[in-house]
Amino acid sequence: MSAATDETQTASTGQDILAIAREQVLERGVPLDEAQILAVLHTGDDVLPDLLALAHEVRMKWCGPEVEVEGIVSIKTGGCPEDCHFCSQSGQFTSPVRSVWLNIPELVKAAEQTAATGATEFCIVAAVRGPDERLMTQMRDGVKAIKEAVPNIEVAASIGMLSQDQVEDLVDMGIHRYNHNLEAARSYFPQVVTTHSWEERWDTCLMVRESGMELCCGCLVGMGETVEQRAELAAQLGELQPDEVPLNFLNPRPGTPFGDLPLMESSEALRTIAAFRLALPRTILRYAGGRELTLGDLGTRDGLLGGINAVIVGNYLTTLGRDPADDLALLEDLKMPIKALSSSL
Amino acid sequence: MSSAVVQFCGHCGEPLEAGRHDACAERLRMEPPRFCGHCRRRMVVQVTPTSWTAQCVEHGELTSP
Repeated sequence: MSAATDETQTASTGQDILAIAREQVLERGVPLDEAQILAVLHTGDDVLPDLLALAHEVRMKWCGPEVEVEGIVSIKTGGCPEDCHFCSQSGQFTSPVRSVWLNIPELVKAAEQTAATGATEFCIVAAVRGPDERLMTQMRDGVKAIKEAVPNIEVAASIGMLSQDQVEDLVDMGIHRYNHNLEAARSYFPQVVTTHSWEERWDTCLMVRESGMELCCGCLVGMGETVEQRAELAAQLGELQPDEVPLNFLNPRPGTPFGDLPLMESSEALRTIAAFRLALPRTILRYAGGRELTLGDLGTRDGLLGGINAVIVGNYLTTLGRDPADDLALLEDLKMPIKALSSSL
Repeated sequence: MSSAVVQFCGHCGEPLEAGRHDACAERLRMEPPRFCGHCRRRMVVQVTPTSWTAQCVEHGELTSP
């Protein structure tokens, strides 16, 4: 087969899956299945503008124009016993990140900083396998202090794998949403983490979903997975039906096993965003870590016009983000209002 | 922070005079320094949504601009 014929067939296949997605996802709200997601991920750059436009239409129809804005902070940094190969906070690698705990006054200050940006979500994160009693006490005191001092923000948490008792404790504290990422497809997870299993993560997600807290469950792409595994991951997230999916792009961290991996191509990242939107038409799909490096300013805009409807503003846990004012100005420019407190997307 | 001469790269911790650190400087636009510029000790760094601090046990604290 000639190269020209190849290109024609790719373009034809790309338009075919877009037509299917338009009828199935946009018109009927039925998510793409794994094979269909894979077909989307196999589309070429020539189809990308149409794909992003369709994903944007899906987001606007099934989620609306609002964008949920969130800030995050690390309450316990570094020294994690797990070996997630992308993470600079693992105690198993020679990363320069040192262990540190955030005290309650500084935690409240971080929540105030977040609320001042206009964000309505504030997520407290800890680098742990799961919380011990010290961390649960810190969470209890910290959440109480935030709720007293910063009433105009919802508090979320991400403190690792949980027991049923810990799930109930977090509900009692008033945690609005719990984050626990799958990180990778089930088939690729053993190449990413060896100290716990994908199934353990899945089980925590199920407990959270049953608890009454909202479930936030996302992933990291660009870790060397195949496009087939990326489609598998999107389908697994679709099966879990989280309220929110934060989408991270690998930012290779010095000293970690994935420290020398290349950045994901921006076109591939945008195609992934659109594919995830078509797999999760009603879910909050959040820009999380790595977007600045992978996509830059222009790509950030393209993603917001290609399926994204939530952002983390400001800094991340150990790295820095864009100036919140830049993101908020972009949202204003795009005429995408910030989601108000306690309104449902 | 100490006023002593900065000798080490805040990103990689290597001596500034040994090799180029252009890539490190670029990375430091998007992450706080991890190594003290005076003694190359790893610093205790806390990042918050709109700021950061980096503490060297010997040379004091750096804060975000």
